[in-house]
Amino acid sequence: MEWATVKPAAFDYAAPTSLAEALTLLGDPDRDATVLAGGQSLLPMLNMRLARPELVVDIGRIPNLAGIEEREGALVFGAMTTKAAVESSALVLRQQPLLHAATKLVGHPQIRSRGTVGGSMAQADPAAEYPAVAVATGGWMRAVGADGERTIPAADFFVTCLTTGLAPGELLVEVGIPALSAGTGWSFTELSRRHGDFAMAGVAVTVRLDRAGCFEESRIVVFGVGDIPTRMSAAEELLRGERPEPSLYRRAADAVRDAFDAPMSDIHASAEYRLHLAGVLAERGIADAVARAHPGEEGPNR
Amino acid sequence: MSSTNGTRPVRVTVNGTVHEATVEPRTTLSELLRSQLGLTGTHVGCEHGVCGVCTVLIDGKAVRSCLTLAVQVDGSEILTVEGLAAADGTLHPLQEAFSAEHGLQCGFCTPGFLMAVYALLTEKPDAGEDEIREVLGGQLCRCTGYQSILRSVMRAAAQFRESKLEWVR
Ligand SMILES: Cc1cc2nc3c(=O)[nH]c(=O)nc-3n(C[C@H](O)[C@H](O)[C@H](O)COP(=O)(O)OP(=O)(O)OC[C@H]3O[C@@H](n4cnc5c(N)ncnc54)[C@H](O)[C@@H]3O)c2cc1C
Ligand code: FES
Ligand code: FES
Repeated sequence: MEWATVKPAAFDYAAPTSLAEALTLLGDPDRDATVLAGGQSLLPMLNMRLARPELVVDIGRIPNLAGIEEREGALVFGAMTTKAAVESSALVLRQQPLLHAATKLVGHPQIRSRGTVGGSMAQADPAAEYPAVAVATGGWMRAVGADGERTIPAADFFVTCLTTGLAPGELLVEVGIPALSAGTGWSFTELSRRHGDFAMAGVAVTVRLDRAGCFEESRIVVFGVGDIPTRMSAAEELLRGERPEPSLYRRAADAVRDAFDAPMSDIHASAEYRLHLAGVLAERGIADAVARAHPGEEGPNR
Repeated sequence: MSSTNGTRPVRVTVNGTVHEATVEPRTTLSELLRSQLGLTGTHVGCEHGVCGVCTVLIDGKAVRSCLTLAVQVDGSEILTVEGLAAADGTLHPLQEAFSAEHGLQCGFCTPGFLMAVYALLTEKPDAGEDEIREVLGGQLCRCTGYQSILRSVMRAAAQFRESKLEWVR
């Protein structure tokens, strides 16, 4: 029995077994090459012919690109680390519960078994959880290209919808996510039509309270509303030095709604609805983060 | 491995049998299984990862075979729904549970559900209802309303904890 039902347009394929070989393939200016990691975003685009690369460079056979380690107060993920590995990591659960919670919201176990940490960052979907976590925690990306390597703060990495600061031919090799410091409260909330769908809107929050129980520092990052995960500086400023209470969270939520000039609007949710959700989720998210915070606690990471 | 145009050989173990095939790089695993190896138990629906009917096991993990290239699984072990029942056709206990609890109607979605659940229970024999629901949430069924599928899996899970040996393929 043989018949053919190919979906993608034809492409050439290479599975380099070293970083150097991969960079050579990706650096060729005459070929339109695309990196293949877990394939959970690229394959749908190939199957729908939204992507028609000449060459697909599969980085799955390069050694040492997957793994989780602790380095200088941060968790460092090899780009090819699967979300399943992040989800089952005791280290992540202990040191970075916000990332653990966000991981459970990325698609389904059947997608997380192959989808990678690097792939989610490089894909830069505005509604994706991982970029929001990277921005909320002050994470960084390490990229390697023909001209050497560089570290890019998450705040500069996401440029616009589906676009990152990676240069052509550059490979993302590591993602650093600082551990949550002791006493920091956190929350990760999103709303999607069905569990496992991309979020219509979501909010990641971290807060630190001082000895008196007032806001010392907070980070509020909204995703799924703007073209990239966005810090809500006005709302963060509004909380600073204040005592946590529901009326304050409501004012912060108003500041979140005011922060967007042109929210995304598509078949999944209108701009108005996304803005409404961002406010509601920010209000809840701040309250949840405060409930998890331990006032005045300082010191080494947990 | 250097890059060359055109087809290339792949070697995969499917349900315990080694297969060698020649594929274009754009051939997905679902297509290799169905059209080259004749294993049409693995269904395809959406071909963009959403419906889950194409779910198979690659080296023990449940994955979407429509979102995996055949060339990516060169050297891997694949388990498909055809690998569940015994050689004489005796149904696997998981399949028996679906039959007993009416976990299927038209049956289009069933291979995907079986493989996703098989992967969960063999990896986490103590999986509770929440974990089971989460895995079921990644598979679409347009007939059953899911409650009978959940009952099938809960029944199978209880059984699995008692008699693992009959289970693992
Ligand atoms: C049904 C379904 C539901 C999903 N739900 C969600 C969800 O709720 N939230 C969510 O965030 N995601 C979701 N996803 C997407 C999934 O998380 C993807 O795994 C992820 O977006 C991309 O990771 P990947 O490893 O599969 O990358 P790939 O698909 O292989 O690559 C994605 C893009 O990144 C580039 N790339 C990958 N790795 C690198 C690297 N190391 N260096 C440079 N470029 C690189 C590729 O060239 C490509 O352009 C879903 C996917 C499916 C199929
Ligand atoms: S056909 Fe693969 S998920 Fe629908
Ligand atoms: S039984 Fe018909 S789709 Fe599930």
